[in-house]
Amino acid sequence: MNHLSAESTPPSPLILAEEVHKWFGDFHALRGINLTVYPQEVIVLMGPSGSGKSTFIRTLNGLETHQSGRIVIDNLELSRDSAALDVIRQEVGMVFQQFNLFPHLTVLQNITLAPVWVRKWSRSQAQAVALQLLERVGILEQAHKYPTQLSGGQQQRVAIARALAMQPKIMLFDEPTSALDPEMIQEVLEVMLTLAAEGMTMVVVTHEVEFARSVAHRILFMDQGQVVETAPPEQFFTQPQTPRSRQFLAKILSRSQLRLTP
Amino acid sequence: MISPGAQRPTQRQLTVSQWLGQNLFATWSNTLLTLVCLAGLGLVGGMICRWLLLYADLAVISTNLRLFWVGRYPLAQTWRLWGILTIASGTLAISWTLLVSLQRRTLMAWIALGLVNGAFSLAGGLTWGIISGLCLWIVGGLSLGQFLRHRHPTLPWLWLLPVQWVLALVTTLWLLGGGWGLTPVSTAFWNGLLLTVLLAVISIGLSFPLGILLALGRRSSLPVIRGLCVIYIEGMRGLPLIGVLFMAQVMVPLVLPPSMQLDQVLRGIIGLTLFSAAYLAENVRGGLQSIPPGQTEAAQALGLSAPLVLGLIVLPQALRAVIPALVGQFIGLFKDTSLLAIVGLVELTRMGRSILAQPQFQGRYLEVYLFTGLIYWICCYGLSMGSRRIEAILKVGQR
Ligand SMILES: Nc1ncnc2c1ncn2[C@@H]1O[C@H](COP(=O)(O)OP(=O)(O)OP(=O)(O)O)[C@@H](O)[C@H]1O
Ligand SMILES: [Mg+2]
Repeated sequence: MNHLSAESTPPSPLILAEEVHKWFGDFHALRGINLTVYPQEVIVLMGPSGSGKSTFIRTLNGLETHQSGRIVIDNLELSRDSAALDVIRQEVGMVFQQFNLFPHLTVLQNITLAPVWVRKWSRSQAQAVALQLLERVGILEQAHKYPTQLSGGQQQRVAIARALAMQPKIMLFDEPTSALDPEMIQEVLEVMLTLAAEGMTMVVVTHEVEFARSVAHRILFMDQGQVVETAPPEQFFTQPQTPRSRQFLAKILSRSQLRLTP
Repeated sequence: MISPGAQRPTQRQLTVSQWLGQNLFATWSNTLLTLVCLAGLGLVGGMICRWLLLYADLAVISTNLRLFWVGRYPLAQTWRLWGILTIASGTLAISWTLLVSLQRRTLMAWIALGLVNGAFSLAGGLTWGIISGLCLWIVGGLSLGQFLRHRHPTLPWLWLLPVQWVLALVTTLWLLGGGWGLTPVSTAFWNGLLLTVLLAVISIGLSFPLGILLALGRRSSLPVIRGLCVIYIEGMRGLPLIGVLFMAQVMVPLVLPPSMQLDQVLRGIIGLTLFSAAYLAENVRGGLQSIPPGQTEAAQALGLSAPLVLGLIVLPQALRAVIPALVGQFIGLFKDTSLLAIVGLVELTRMGRSILAQPQFQGRYLEVYLFTGLIYWICCYGLSMGSRRIEAILKVGQR
């Protein structure tokens, strides 16, 4: 299966997952996941609730540990060895469904924290970068507020800026718009669209069909801990290959239809 | 969304009678309750006034003031105590502005207090003069803190405070105990309020970090560490404080070699610290549990190492969440120092009892106990007020 188009000699992949298995106690949550992501690719993970999307995306930066199989991020194997893990986490940014901003720090402090403490940048340098990022996500004027003083959409954009401040090579998004009111979803998606257009390598768990259609290189459809179908978006949304994905698509397409009608 | 025309309702200033009407006499039952409370207050107040005017002999207080404050600390060394007061008030003043930011009101109050005392000292009395000087010194400390904060707002003042406190404490202990060029003063002469405050401050200072470590240990993933912490915490919490204090007095000397006997005051501090740390650990653990796992995950995902996640994200939030409980614990500890009277330390309570043994003041229980109670109350209320201010400052941005 080679879905990469124009590349004749593909560069080395940024993410390589081979036969990843994960158990929660007796529960087999990931049953042999394979994924290869090359630089500048955008992968969208879809699937019904409980299919293991979050679990898988969280193994990619070691928030969950896998019990067998191999995960290689930017040529570094993810293992229990904490030195490699520290390096990998600096290269992989993550955005969560619940934003997870630090409520005791201002927006600016949220963003400069990791660059100052982990990358050891000077405070002024980190602040300059943070302000640039805030401008990019369109909330420069909120820099000195606390997260609780912002709307959900603004908080999520801060969270994106916070992850970008570490200048990661890969960005992981776990349902970044699911906790947002409908009118705020667009502002977050726009930031993500720009990011994809700029060539950021991204793995995104989302049910936003329009977003997937316009930027995803591949859609991975997961069910019960397995990747059931992998396809480019036009193919996945028009001719889904398995009964499970057809059923799933029928559900989310009708839902997004509902949302689009005023 | 607030429409552009919408205006925030202005805070209405209530007149006294309006306030009374709304708060005390709103309904019949409310009125009745108010009247009953007023009657009770009047009765008690009247009794106290009657007692003060007709029966009380406050000479037992006024002639023994020095004993209440510092006990039998040698008269010739009094300057050292003033030195300690100078250091302590300066440290407190600087800490206060660095933590809480200065209000003009506070500054004015201290200046006024200094001037009043200065006026007293003109009428004669060295002590008033020294107190006046101390007030102005505090004004200086407050201003210095403010100046530092504005001049270098980025410096981590919060982290420098513990250093400042440790330095102040070491100097205090040196001034109190002597040695290195000063006449030694045995701890048997450290008495009264001086000893009470010293016991409380040191025990609080030691039990706080110990409590945090125990709380972290109890949540550790290593079974041995977790087990030990649980045994310690639950063991301590199952014992009465007085029992722990007796054990510290009696057992510690048995465990240590005779050449290395610990001072009685030190043994008291050990007992208080070990006991208080167990309770603090549970409070801190409550705070740690209130932090959603998403906070840790977000910090880890940014590449922060485990100690940084703890020190920058989890602990600051956890401790903030439990400030009221922690201060309650500290206030309790302050009052618990009085139990050391039973094992022979002459702190404030015990001092009161020995003053009562003076033949000329026999039977003046009420005067002495009320006065001692008043001192405890002022100290504890001060702690509680200070903590509320700090809490209000730190509350910003909390969910
Ligand atoms: N910490 C855990 N302990 C035990 N089981 C877990 C844990 N985390 C997830 N699971 C289980 O693993 C399965 C996959 O969960 P996961 O969160 O990855 O699903 P998901 O595809 O992200 O679903 P959703 O769309 O609801 O977010 C679920 O059945 C869930 O109950
Ligand atoms: Mg999920």
